[in-house]
Amino acid sequence: MIYQALPLWVLMTSLVAALVVFVAGERRHRLRITVNLAAAVFKLLLVAVMLVGVLRGDLFLVRFAVLPGVELILHADALTMLFTTLSAVLWLVTTVYAISYLEQRPNRARFFGFFSLCVAATMGIATAGNLFTFFVFYELLTLATWPLVVHNGWPKAMAVGRLYLRYTLGGGAVLLLGIVALNSLGVPGDFLAGGSLDGVEKTHRAAVFGIFLLLLGGLGVKAAVVPLHVWLPSAMVAPAPVSALLHAVAVVKAGAFGIVRVVYDVYGLEVMTELQLGTLLAAVASVTIIYGSLKAIAQTDLKRRLAYSTVSQVSYIALGVGLGSPLATVGGLVHLVHQGLMKITLFFCAGNYAETHGIHKITELNGIGRRMPWTTAMFTLGAFGMMGAPPLAGFVSKWYLGMGALQAEALWVIPVLLVSTALNAIYFLPMLYRAWFAPPADREAAAGLAEARLGLLVPTLCTGIAALGAGVLAGLPLSPLSWVAFIVAQEYGE
Amino acid sequence: MTEMLPVLAVFLPLLAGVILFLSGPGPGGLWALGGIVLSAAPSLLLVRQVAVMGTIEHLMGGWSVPLGIRLMADGLSALMILLTAVVGVLVSIHALGLFDRRDAASRQFWVLWPLLWGALNALFLSADLFNAYVTLELVTLAAIPLVLLAGSARAVSAALRYLILALFGSMLYLAGVALIYGLTGVLDMQLAGERLAGGGWVVNLAAALMVTGLLVKAAIVPFHLWLPDAHGSAPAPVSALLSALVVKAAVYLLLRLWSGPLLEPLSQPSVAWLLAGLGVAAILYGSVQALRQPRLKLVVAYSTVAQLGYMLLLFPMAGLLAWQGVIYHGVAHGVAKAALFLAAGNILYQIGHDRIVDLRGSGTVLAVSFGTFAIAGISIMGLPPSGGFLGKWLLLQATLGAGAWWLALVILAGGLLAAGYVFRVLRAAFQLPDSDAEGMEPPVRHIGPLMRWPALVLALLGIALGFAGEPLLALLGDMPGGAG
Repeated sequence: MIYQALPLWVLMTSLVAALVVFVAGERRHRLRITVNLAAAVFKLLLVAVMLVGVLRGDLFLVRFAVLPGVELILHADALTMLFTTLSAVLWLVTTVYAISYLEQRPNRARFFGFFSLCVAATMGIATAGNLFTFFVFYELLTLATWPLVVHNGWPKAMAVGRLYLRYTLGGGAVLLLGIVALNSLGVPGDFLAGGSLDGVEKTHRAAVFGIFLLLLGGLGVKAAVVPLHVWLPSAMVAPAPVSALLHAVAVVKAGAFGIVRVVYDVYGLEVMTELQLGTLLAAVASVTIIYGSLKAIAQTDLKRRLAYSTVSQVSYIALGVGLGSPLATVGGLVHLVHQGLMKITLFFCAGNYAETHGIHKITELNGIGRRMPWTTAMFTLGAFGMMGAPPLAGFVSKWYLGMGALQAEALWVIPVLLVSTALNAIYFLPMLYRAWFAPPADREAAAGLAEARLGLLVPTLCTGIAALGAGVLAGLPLSPLSWVAFIVAQEYGE
Repeated sequence: MTEMLPVLAVFLPLLAGVILFLSGPGPGGLWALGGIVLSAAPSLLLVRQVAVMGTIEHLMGGWSVPLGIRLMADGLSALMILLTAVVGVLVSIHALGLFDRRDAASRQFWVLWPLLWGALNALFLSADLFNAYVTLELVTLAAIPLVLLAGSARAVSAALRYLILALFGSMLYLAGVALIYGLTGVLDMQLAGERLAGGGWVVNLAAALMVTGLLVKAAIVPFHLWLPDAHGSAPAPVSALLSALVVKAAVYLLLRLWSGPLLEPLSQPSVAWLLAGLGVAAILYGSVQALRQPRLKLVVAYSTVAQLGYMLLLFPMAGLLAWQGVIYHGVAHGVAKAALFLAAGNILYQIGHDRIVDLRGSGTVLAVSFGTFAIAGISIMGLPPSGGFLGKWLLLQATLGAGAWWLALVILAGGLLAAGYVFRVLRAAFQLPDSDAEGMEPPVRHIGPLMRWPALVLALLGIALGFAGEPLLALLGDMPGGAG
């Protein structure tokens, strides 16, 4: 029983940590740090146990009826573990980063409390076993991230918070409408490999099509699909660890993960193909990929450029899922992990630049490579990864996406990938050139080494090297790629 | 003993009121505490009994209908009595902390509130049209002086307006009852319902009078004018009781009439849609007004106007899902709204005002109060996990099941507007104070655990209701009288 309920314990770990942090209050720094780190490590252990369990084929399931015919279901399948493992690892790293980043700043109890709550919500999203449960945690994530977006309390942050709520809560309402509409067709929305529509698409073709648009509209907000992406670049007003973990990983991935669940485990590939929904999704994703990259070029603020890059990159996941061929699925799902590792590294670096030298604009990067070689090296790794240079993680994703497009006979995707790569290079390479080769603006800034403090640098090195490893060691068992291959084998029943 | 429980649930609170009238709340509030226990115990026992045995009936003095008076506790009654007991106990504890036990307002509160409690229970147990009128009147007459406890000029004028409109509502209701008595010669709801079958214009008129009277008492738009001022200017525990329970009592009676004697006239599509239309107007108007109020307690009061609107969406849907949804929404709103008012009251008590613009930057010092407000707000916005969300889910299922897409859109829009006014308050808590106001930190009054905890517990109960759908709907049971 206790073992079978592991998804619940994983969730509770963060929830309890959040409660303890709130109750302990502002002054008890040591207790707070201990609880945060202990919970993060403990959760990682639980996730490791669960990972082995899923590999062995153990059943993890918790169900609780909240209404007649409506259940909260937490479960763990291979797809769950992909997202859970990513979040658990990055949570630990980001906690270390955040403790260092927020040193001496006010309202830390509030920050870390909501931070843990966000992770709990993310875990709920990962382990949700049906649409109802997914929605519960999807909305909880909105509620828990808002306080982090407005954490600084500046008028600008408050205005952004309002924009953020408008998009996310509006998206939530649309998603809810879709879920209830599906329910009223008699589909409980359980996540089952191969889909759970149970033939409803034959009798209610138009409704099933319309409901997909509602679901996609609701999930697309968090996944930052154009034109629902507006909140993401603005949300960069939040403190660096929030941008790094939440906006590069948790929130956008919650949306992307939801799309993956709906496509594979509710609608199923057959229905997706039959109703032409896959093509629609791939088209929307392609537009987002190109648009995000074009907008990124136009940004002068480092974090905003990275944010638009996120808009573009997260849609690779939707693209792979929409194409629907096995190889494209591998490319899309593996990008869930790869993009997370690379983008968190880039945001950590941006945080390091801002914290150490007050650098926010791209023009201010001139010559920073000499002063902060380690940070800039990691930034370079992340940037090349995003461009898809072999053998980095991003290359693996793009390779499989391209092969998958060929497999799905969707040749129009190849130019999208090529153009996107070119655009990535256009906005990343000048930054790298400035950092390494451009002369610094003023003479004294050129003087000597001035790296970020260790609490910031070490997490950056960890994620940067992980992003490198995910690409170089992609062939090893338990690498993200191997795990995704395991998932895809299950989904396609091969 | 078992069959006496309905009587005890009515008379023990009244007895507590009489004792407290003679004794006052006592040193350390000891007598008041005893009164709370005396009032709550029979309610909880009755609820348990209904949960185990199903509907309980009691014939007063052993006289059978139509001569005697019938008390009936079915699932709906039990749920409302449970809501009253839970909210009542927690609000009472808050009141123990708030009121100075020696002053006159405190003495009056501890007389009026047990009387109100008894009257509410009596209303929830009435199976008789006239008895329902009397108890509804008792509820109003106990509620109005409670508003006056605030003692401000604003409260006096609000209470007066409340009194006038409530009397107007009572008269309409009574006229309807008289018509029905003239037609059928009985007042028992079940008997009257049987004899009214077939309808006719007199029945329609009677229904129109009774329903309008109840709409006034339930503060449904456009009869809401009395509510915001009355609920906004009363002392916090009173506001909580009024918004959570007293207006709900009128809606409860409306549901009773719909599922009983007035099923036929109220089920005509035109009437059903008219009522739902008022509900829609209430949701939209109340929410928009809540967004525009400068004072915290008025925001919460207008939110009540909006939230009551959801309960009228039942009529055109008329299925089990809508029935469950409306009642679950009502219960969840009762719990969460009581928490909101207590939290707002605590903020008002701590910094001496509740002007939202001037709350800026007070988030850190008022963390617990704002936290309570936020948690209760989740249920009011209908976001998961909370009781409000389950109510919304059921209502959405009902509306989409009936093909009423636009009602579903109204429900969702209402939720988003609610998010607007809840977050408007929370924004003030998170925003930094204006730089020129710095160093002018206002003195903050300390609140004790008696004031802090009941609000927080109520807010958390609002969340817990998000997981309690199964047992509570089992207690509610089927729709009475086979309505729908």
